[in-house]
Amino acid sequence: MTLYFTKEHEWLRLDGETAFVGITKHAAEELGELVFVESREAGTEVTAGESVAVVESVKAASDIYAPVDGVVLEGNPALADDPARVSSDPEGEGWILKFRLTNPEQLSGLMDAAAYTAFLG
Amino acid sequence: MSTDSLLHTPLYSLHEEAGGKMVPFAGYAMPLQYAEGIMAEHRHVREHAGLFDVSHMGQVKLIARSGGVEDSALALERLVPADIVSLKNGRQRYTQFTNAQGGILDDLMVARLDDTLVLVVNAACKAQDIALLQNELAADCLVEPLEERALLALQGPEAELALATLAPEVADMAFMDVRELDVDGASCVISRSGYTGEDGFEISVPAMDASRVARKLLEHPAVKLIGLGARDSLRLEAGLCLYGSDIDETTTPVEAALEWSIQKTRRRGGKREGGFPGAEVILQELETGVTRRRVGLRPEGRAPVRHNAPLCADATLQEGLGRVTSGAFGPTVEGPVAMGYVALSHAAPQTPVFAELRGRAVAATVVALPFVPARFKR
Repeated sequence: MTLYFTKEHEWLRLDGETAFVGITKHAAEELGELVFVESREAGTEVTAGESVAVVESVKAASDIYAPVDGVVLEGNPALADDPARVSSDPEGEGWILKFRLTNPEQLSGLMDAAAYTAFLG
Repeated sequence: MSTDSLLHTPLYSLHEEAGGKMVPFAGYAMPLQYAEGIMAEHRHVREHAGLFDVSHMGQVKLIARSGGVEDSALALERLVPADIVSLKNGRQRYTQFTNAQGGILDDLMVARLDDTLVLVVNAACKAQDIALLQNELAADCLVEPLEERALLALQGPEAELALATLAPEVADMAFMDVRELDVDGASCVISRSGYTGEDGFEISVPAMDASRVARKLLEHPAVKLIGLGARDSLRLEAGLCLYGSDIDETTTPVEAALEWSIQKTRRRGGKREGGFPGAEVILQELETGVTRRRVGLRPEGRAPVRHNAPLCADATLQEGLGRVTSGAFGPTVEGPVAMGYVALSHAAPQTPVFAELRGRAVAATVVALPFVPARFKR
């Protein structure tokens, strides 16, 4: 399974035609403990860069953007009762949504782990 | 974001050492939070004691040219609706600077200490407040900004315990008492007050002693540094107004549900009725009421409803009632909490209303403030 990263600090883990999307450890640290996570409804079609979810800390709401074009399959159901899971395990159990890619060629425009690490500086 | 051009408080190095995440606030580099984060810091204050650097706030001394504190009190009453003349020595009181329309220019604390009045005003308003005081009161008072003083807030159920190790006299102080006390050799002005709904103290300390006193307080096992993020969620749970969000030049003290801060002597029929900017508007509102009020709101579910969200009477969001002015997730309440203005028809506790959140309606209930009961030492 390949992991991709965006400049907006999302990650995308490809699993066949579907992908898990979440926020990076760096983003989770910046946001602090999350108190609410809401993905767009299953079936929502989005283009790359469009908001697919909102994560809320005590202080502020932040948008999560679609890394590539696709369709929202489901939000992580475990986050309804335990949104802090995003903060404690952002790149694992704290995934935010499942996503079906409609334009997989766009993946070539994303960063791999090494490029993302370099991007963070 | 660069914080290079920002002002530093005397505790700046301490914040950096403690891993404070520094952000620009009212022209200062201030700690938003430390390593543990807003949730943990918020809970620490409710359970133990938190130390806040609020040195960015303005401290101003007023001294009557006549030497009599009654004269500076009378002069200050020309700018605020509170009764300052009857303020006893060693006590402080909350009030607002008002404008000619009855709006609020800033909110502040006024303390009386012997021959002086000591004002604490908001950081973002302090230049304008000092100019107002100098323009309006110079004939009667010396207006002296206390630029060489820092301000610390020590808040929480264990604040007394911690501060009493350095200044045992604080145990005898009641809520809103003010005293000049020696703290670890520093000559401080301490008030038993704060902005969290908890018991606690605000400590005005000479800038040169501030870091040392703060470090001494932090030696106590109950005390941790707390950033502005938790300060905001704490004051919101306590139902306290943030100037610029919940109150501003377009809201009157009566609309803001702050009429408790206007004593009888300044109201109609009182000994010193009116005589402050916007008195006609505010005194009339006290008699006949207002068309909107600041209220507490409990949104359903877990999603916070934020500043500026429209408030409506119906789930189709057609009948507007007002707007949310502060909204966050309340760590102690363990749910979203908000304050906002609604039409008087919907201002009674338990009234159902709807807030707009990302294009849809979230049900909310108007509730009495505060969200978390105050634990002041009366």
